[in-house]
Amino acid sequence: MPELNLTSAPAHLRHGSNIGQPLTRRDGVLKVKGQATYAADNHPPGMLFAVMAVASISRGRVVSLDVAAAKRHPGVVDVMTPDHKPELAIDPEIKTNPFVFRMEVLQSHEVRYANQPIAVVIAETLEAATEGALLLAPRYETLPALVGLDAGESFVPPVVGVGNPTESHRGDVEAGLATAEKQIDATYETPPQYHNAMEPHAIVASWDGDRLQIDMPTQGLMLSLARIAELFGIAHDKIHIRSPFLGGGFGSKGLMAGPPTLGIMAAKLVGRPVKLVLRREQMYGPVGHRAPTRQRLRIGADGEGRLTALDHHARTVSSTFDDFYEPAADASHTLYAAPAIRTSHDAVRVNTGTPLFMRAPGEATGSIALESAIDEMAWACGIDPLAFRLKNYAEVEPMTGRPFSSKALRACYDQGAARFGWAKRSLQPRQMRDDAGLLVGWGMGTATFPALMFQAEARAVLRRDGSGAMEIGAHDMGQGAWTALAQIAADAVGLDIDRVDFKAGTSDLPDAGIAGGSAHTATAGAAIHSAGAAVIAKLADLATNDERSPLFGAGNAGVIARDGRLIRRDDESRSESYAEILARAGVAEVEARGTGAPNPAAMEQYAMHAHGAVFAEVKVDPELGQVRVSRMVGAFAAGRIVNPHLVKSQLFGGMIWGLSFALHEEAITDRRSGRIMNANLGEYHIPVNADVPPLDVITVEEHDPHVNALGIKGVGEIGITGSAGAVANAVWHATGVRVRRFPIRIEELLTQR
Amino acid sequence: MKPFDYVRPATVTEAVAAAAQPGAVYLAAGTNLLDLMKGGISRPDRLVDVTHLHGLDQIETLADGSLRIGALVSNADLAHDPEFARTHPAVAEALLSGASAQLRNAATVGGNLLQRTRCAYFYDTASRCNKREAGSGCDARDGENRGHAVLGWSESCIATHPSDFCVPLVALDAVVEIEGRSGRREIALDALHRLPGNTPERESALEPGDLIVAVRLPPAARGFAAHARYLKVRERTSYAFAVVSAAAALRIENGKIAEARLALGGVAAKPWRARAAEDVLRGVAPTADAFQEAAWRALTEAKASGDNAFKIELARRIVVRALLLAAAGAPARIPALPASPFASMSGAIHA
Repeated sequence: MPELNLTSAPAHLRHGSNIGQPLTRRDGVLKVKGQATYAADNHPPGMLFAVMAVASISRGRVVSLDVAAAKRHPGVVDVMTPDHKPELAIDPEIKTNPFVFRMEVLQSHEVRYANQPIAVVIAETLEAATEGALLLAPRYETLPALVGLDAGESFVPPVVGVGNPTESHRGDVEAGLATAEKQIDATYETPPQYHNAMEPHAIVASWDGDRLQIDMPTQGLMLSLARIAELFGIAHDKIHIRSPFLGGGFGSKGLMAGPPTLGIMAAKLVGRPVKLVLRREQMYGPVGHRAPTRQRLRIGADGEGRLTALDHHARTVSSTFDDFYEPAADASHTLYAAPAIRTSHDAVRVNTGTPLFMRAPGEATGSIALESAIDEMAWACGIDPLAFRLKNYAEVEPMTGRPFSSKALRACYDQGAARFGWAKRSLQPRQMRDDAGLLVGWGMGTATFPALMFQAEARAVLRRDGSGAMEIGAHDMGQGAWTALAQIAADAVGLDIDRVDFKAGTSDLPDAGIAGGSAHTATAGAAIHSAGAAVIAKLADLATNDERSPLFGAGNAGVIARDGRLIRRDDESRSESYAEILARAGVAEVEARGTGAPNPAAMEQYAMHAHGAVFAEVKVDPELGQVRVSRMVGAFAAGRIVNPHLVKSQLFGGMIWGLSFALHEEAITDRRSGRIMNANLGEYHIPVNADVPPLDVITVEEHDPHVNALGIKGVGEIGITGSAGAVANAVWHATGVRVRRFPIRIEELLTQR
Repeated sequence: MKPFDYVRPATVTEAVAAAAQPGAVYLAAGTNLLDLMKGGISRPDRLVDVTHLHGLDQIETLADGSLRIGALVSNADLAHDPEFARTHPAVAEALLSGASAQLRNAATVGGNLLQRTRCAYFYDTASRCNKREAGSGCDARDGENRGHAVLGWSESCIATHPSDFCVPLVALDAVVEIEGRSGRREIALDALHRLPGNTPERESALEPGDLIVAVRLPPAARGFAAHARYLKVRERTSYAFAVVSAAAALRIENGKIAEARLALGGVAAKPWRARAAEDVLRGVAPTADAFQEAAWRALTEAKASGDNAFKIELARRIVVRALLLAAAGAPARIPALPASPFASMSGAIHA
């Protein structure tokens, strides 16, 4: 991989700070020119191609594979099967922590879901490996597949999401419902969804003795490295992973999965570098997905339209062998000020690959149900949906009673509604038509996502030539980490962004934590910020302790780092450049490390969430039932906005995924075989350009002194929450038909004329 | 992938001879065939690449006034031919409502006619499919089938033909010119695709080696230019096959319908010409009531093949709307959202 040549954007003005500037993405030109090296673009000398054969049944066992036929095919080098494979150091079924998959890496002949890898063919060419995989012609013993939300006896999982309690409650929900003047009891269903990142999962693995070189897109370099180290029984420092760019992750590249592990095993088996890239349909199984849910909401309200109780139960599924439970009901913890709230989950096991984090796991599924139910209650109470939400505005976190670290949701409602023109909405549904006679509907939803932090470390360097460096193993999956984190880095060391050598995306750099939970900018940013402060402190020590320096005697607290100079705080005429300080001290560079981590005391004291309000307009053909979103406005408050340009793009993306959730996305599972019948981008519908209306994003100013030193909350996932519900509610407002099964289908809207 | 021979014949005669061999298939743009090969659905021994044959990429008006479209004309070139779009607006609109811009740039007229069904069970080689493997059974019949046929299906097969282009073509009495081992012949497009019956594996009237060289629209087709539309309901605004579509064309004289043409897409194993509906429209005024009557006639024989009863009601409504749109007149320009119910939305900038 050549050195990254990140472009700057000299056209942009700076006003004394990098954070807050709308820089265009610095890796943009590389990507447009095709010069950004993605994992599968690497071709080390001697590389072979590996292709997985996957199960076409979803439950049973493989009884035979025609390995001989595959091996006879010209170009096939070897066939890895349960009977012929390198041994792993630990059982891949052992879950050493919640952040690992129990994975299928040919440890047995058992089949637990469709598209499970059952063999790997390694060949001189992709074509030969592909044909070899086909020639294996597996025969199976097939058992009846467990499919769908009613596949078997349900159970209450020990936890949902990552360590969330399965059940939570505050107040007496039944009493609240009993005394309510209005009650809603509604059940919503959401389908299985697959991440469908544009870049498929891919790995290029090379062994050199016990050293392992890997190119692989990952949202968690160190998580992956640690998993590989334990699976292969090698030390961390023997492994090097490069992941400079991801063609989307959406959660599916968060955990080390079976297929890339098979790529490493294949390279070990044949003693040559191996590339393994998943075919699109192979991504519908072993690399995670969003599980289906069935959610029942019971809501009570008094005569004034104030909530008396909110009961949210979610049924979901997990695989037959591992545990991930979409925490859908937890979406009801934070938004509305009901005096009594209960959330609960149960689950059934089905023959599916294990579900995983996907685009606001829990929040997205829970939000579309909650926002629909709140809308239904507003209508039952005869109150405008925005007025109803304001009436039930949570001044403190309803489930815990904790104050919010900051919450500019009211401003989001105000600014979003004003921009959208919400005040002109008719209360009654099916009242509005456009010039062409299409039904027009307006809907809204509240967006929420927790402001999370993980742990990260960064290393900052100041060099004698006046430049600096910031190193952190951060991940750019398209969100703009190469740019936003470099902006934070530039401010952290008081240099222009073009004077800071920002290094990220490889496992030999300090651990940046995981790019997930919308927490990467906050977490990595905090580490960068603190590494910068530490290195400036070291430099200041050099200057203020040296009597030849104009800063001598100023003390650590007495200088300001700005534009490559340390400046005496009480006398700005006295300053010295970094280069001069280092040259006089006779050192080539100074370096320091810093960490970013959640503050337990602040977390104990405050509820920390980003918020937003999304308003959607849809048009529906009154006779034909086809729906198209015509306008969306989202106003979001997410603390400090590091790069407004990139943040807007992320929020656009989230809103589009919300639209997609409401109207398009669904993995169609054959109810008998458990196979996904639309495992391709032609038939698994995500919005195309023609489905995406003009989008308007407002970032609402919000200062949060508690979440972290930089006041960053994160914007990666909040855009999908609220948006899906807003579109669904707009469809109701347009048609008068309340659809409770998502995505909303044409046939549901043919019931009226 | 499976190794195959690749031949590039210099003449149509050579092509026919090469493709008449067992295991041979024609390759034009490959927008469907390559996917079928990658998925192991089609495993040909020999590809006969016809894209270099001369003289098959012309759009020409013949002496008798019919329009002859070479089989290798791309979907995009045909749709964007101003004269063609003016004289056959419903066909151009149907073309532009299909697939994506990239696919339309590559896909050919002949290939469009012969594209395979989009039935998921046909593409899923682990499923039983009588069309893919004769006599193996049909897993779609009791499967996920809300998109499947409501007309002309059999217990052997409930798949639909996915083409948009073929729907107005069949309404306008298009003729297919075929070069085969025994020379040139022509058949009505309506006779090209077969209903499944007990032999869904036989999808067309073509014999081994037969090459479609052109599609011809008779002179009468131009007579509908003022009142012809294509309407397509789909699950996203672009790049999706029709749930149900309809082509409607009217020749209106003195306020009465002199002749009507109507065909449905996405409902059967072939583009579905609705002649009974055409008959009830002859000589009547173009009113909503008349169109309702026509819609009932068009779907009289419709029957759900699974979870798709809604398609029958949807098809009736689409017929009514398509006829209303046709009666209102073909637009001067093809809308930015071709064939969409949202074609009239202001601010629609994507095609």
